[in-house]
Amino acid sequence: MAEVKKLKRPELNTGEKLYLIALAKGAMVTLKHAVKSVTGKSRGATGLNSSGLGITMQFPEQRWDDFLPEYYRGAPALVTDEQDRERCVSCQLCEFICPPKAIKIIPAEIPADDEWAKVEKRPKEFDIDMTRCIYCGMCEEVCPEQAIYLRKEYLITGTSREDMVHNKAKLYEIGGKRVGLVNKWNELK
Amino acid sequence: MSDTVDTPKLPKDLAAEKGLVNVQIDGHWIQVPRGTRMIEACRMAEAQVPHYCYHPKLSSPGNCRMCLVQMGMPPRLAPGAEPTFNDEGFQDIGWMPRPVIACANTVGENMGIRTQGDLVKKTREGVMEFLLINHPLDCPICDQAGECSLQEFSVEHGRGQSRFIDDKVKKPKNVDIGPRVNLDDERCIMCSRCVRFMEEVADDPVLGFTERGTHTTLSCHPDRKLDSNYGMNTIDLCPVGALTSKDFRFQMRVWFLKETNSIDTNCATGCNTTIWTRGNEIYRVTPRLNNDVNSEWMPDSHRLAFHEVQGDDRLTDPMIKADGTHEVTNWQIAIEATSDALKQFEGSEIAIVASARQTNEELFLTKTLAGIVGSKSISTVPRMGEADGKLISADRNPNSNGAKLIFAQDDPSSGLDTIKVGLSNGSIKAIIALGEDLIDDAGFSHDELAAAELIVSTNIKANATAQASDIVLPSSSFAEKRGTMVNVTGRLQRLNQAVQAPGNAHDDWEILRDIILNYTGEANDMYMLEDIVKVIAQTIPAFEGVTLSKIGDQGIQLLETGVTIPLLEKEKQRVENREIVG
Repeated sequence: MAEVKKLKRPELNTGEKLYLIALAKGAMVTLKHAVKSVTGKSRGATGLNSSGLGITMQFPEQRWDDFLPEYYRGAPALVTDEQDRERCVSCQLCEFICPPKAIKIIPAEIPADDEWAKVEKRPKEFDIDMTRCIYCGMCEEVCPEQAIYLRKEYLITGTSREDMVHNKAKLYEIGGKRVGLVNKWNELK
Repeated sequence: MSDTVDTPKLPKDLAAEKGLVNVQIDGHWIQVPRGTRMIEACRMAEAQVPHYCYHPKLSSPGNCRMCLVQMGMPPRLAPGAEPTFNDEGFQDIGWMPRPVIACANTVGENMGIRTQGDLVKKTREGVMEFLLINHPLDCPICDQAGECSLQEFSVEHGRGQSRFIDDKVKKPKNVDIGPRVNLDDERCIMCSRCVRFMEEVADDPVLGFTERGTHTTLSCHPDRKLDSNYGMNTIDLCPVGALTSKDFRFQMRVWFLKETNSIDTNCATGCNTTIWTRGNEIYRVTPRLNNDVNSEWMPDSHRLAFHEVQGDDRLTDPMIKADGTHEVTNWQIAIEATSDALKQFEGSEIAIVASARQTNEELFLTKTLAGIVGSKSISTVPRMGEADGKLISADRNPNSNGAKLIFAQDDPSSGLDTIKVGLSNGSIKAIIALGEDLIDDAGFSHDELAAAELIVSTNIKANATAQASDIVLPSSSFAEKRGTMVNVTGRLQRLNQAVQAPGNAHDDWEILRDIILNYTGEANDMYMLEDIVKVIAQTIPAFEGVTLSKIGDQGIQLLETGVTIPLLEKEKQRVENREIVG
């Protein structure tokens, strides 16, 4: 049995009980920031291109876009390559790995008369439910075809649940073209 | 003093008395039957040996070389020398410097097998490297991914990286070799399982190898197609993604699918199956090993029959006909209407058309219902076809033997003509049809049905009977319910529920129970299928002591009908001839 040690709560002295000193300290901090803002010396005034009236960015007039780091994880999206081939072959590994089960894929066969018939398989439907997506990037990591990437898209809004589901067309629109990837389906394949 | 010394018996003598031999596997001595294949002996010792071409139901050509293990025997003695035995009574093993294949060699007395160690590890790594040299990087688009031996053994025994810098050999891809099977030659590892299956089991040798060396290609006979009704078994046999199903092609990755053990209900053989589902959809049905029913095979026609229960014509709600049109209602009203309508008739005026597609539990409740309403006319519908000399039975009803036992009749379908006559002469005025289409299956004419004053039917589909019925009660298909059936050889087998019935459709036995309870006004004492199984076990002598758990996944022999399954007889013959392991 563990020994129970009783601790005594520290007693407040008269000054502390009045709270006036603490209030004054707080007011000083606010005042300091107010002076900095008015004089244009607040934190992030230049770096974040803020209005100069504080560290708050004036969204949506001002945007994050130019300040996003390379590793930023925005909306997951599908990409095409130099040859305008849709890279996804609907192997459904992202659907399998997705922790919140946001991805739903319906695979289909590529018809024999298609330019890329040798790839045999592509998604007929590819839906990502953005109300579920947690931007973890596991889909990007698991993809064996370098087809899905988390892009710098962060403005995802909608007025209904259906609006928040990105379908295949929307995903390719966000993803766009990505060059310099491994060309697995080359002429030798 | 006596000369006889009481020498203790050696392990080899003790084993020989029982027809066994002593084998040392990975350092442990076990006893296995004489003539056992080395790979089977390793399996008994729980030392798994990876293999591709070996299959216990097929001959062993030993061509994939994946099952190489290290083997040793006692060294051959010099002339006149006596064998020496160690403390345990075994001779010392002289290990051979070269590996041997475990699939086609049999064990011998005092043999040693090593399934681990440097030699075996290097051998497997080498074999994997050769197998993967020309293998395409198709896993993302390959239907076999997830259940592919090449993937599994590549992870377990492969070297991880390819040293091959030349271009891979190109072979035909996406080849149409049959109506139900697709071939990808680049993925093929030339194990020849499919070739042997078509020759030895399906008796339709249309597959073979052409070309030589790295260009060896699996091909179909130029004038033929792989169109045998057993062709799809090659898909299950194929350890890689060379042979894939056209029906299942790109439908779903296997790792999403849930497996449910069940049985096939398209003929009296009752092949053991696995139903593969995701959510509430069936994606495929594959055969499951049962050496007393279907070995490991299944006819294609039965395998693809599950599509019938996934159509848009499924009934989802109970309906009552009013002024010539069916109106959707709820179960309570439909059941009350049924029992009220049945009470309008004398017992002799009611006929029940039951079905040998019903489970034993449903048949039992059908019989109970007949007793309660006082009906004397009760019959199943015969469904005869042609036997194919392999697995398909001439009787296409899955539970004819069950109907015989439950109804205690030699031919439960004999009363069908009497019901037809009764309808024509007006002695029968009401029909309860359970799961059978009266027009297409039972052969009633539209005029005969028009003569009936009341038709109540349970059905899964919107067919002609449902159209003619006054009360339509939607029921469940084979994949949506549990139950038991007795197959053609008298084996009691179990159906398991893989998916939910669509809409408000109910389990068949629940519908029958509700009608009975509503008719009699008694309180319910049957809440689960197990409750009926218990009652059947108590009332019908043949079922004495039967419970669902006793039946298990492999079934139990309930009675001896004397009927045999031709494919199994052929297989037994081949095991006796020592062509296959079985």
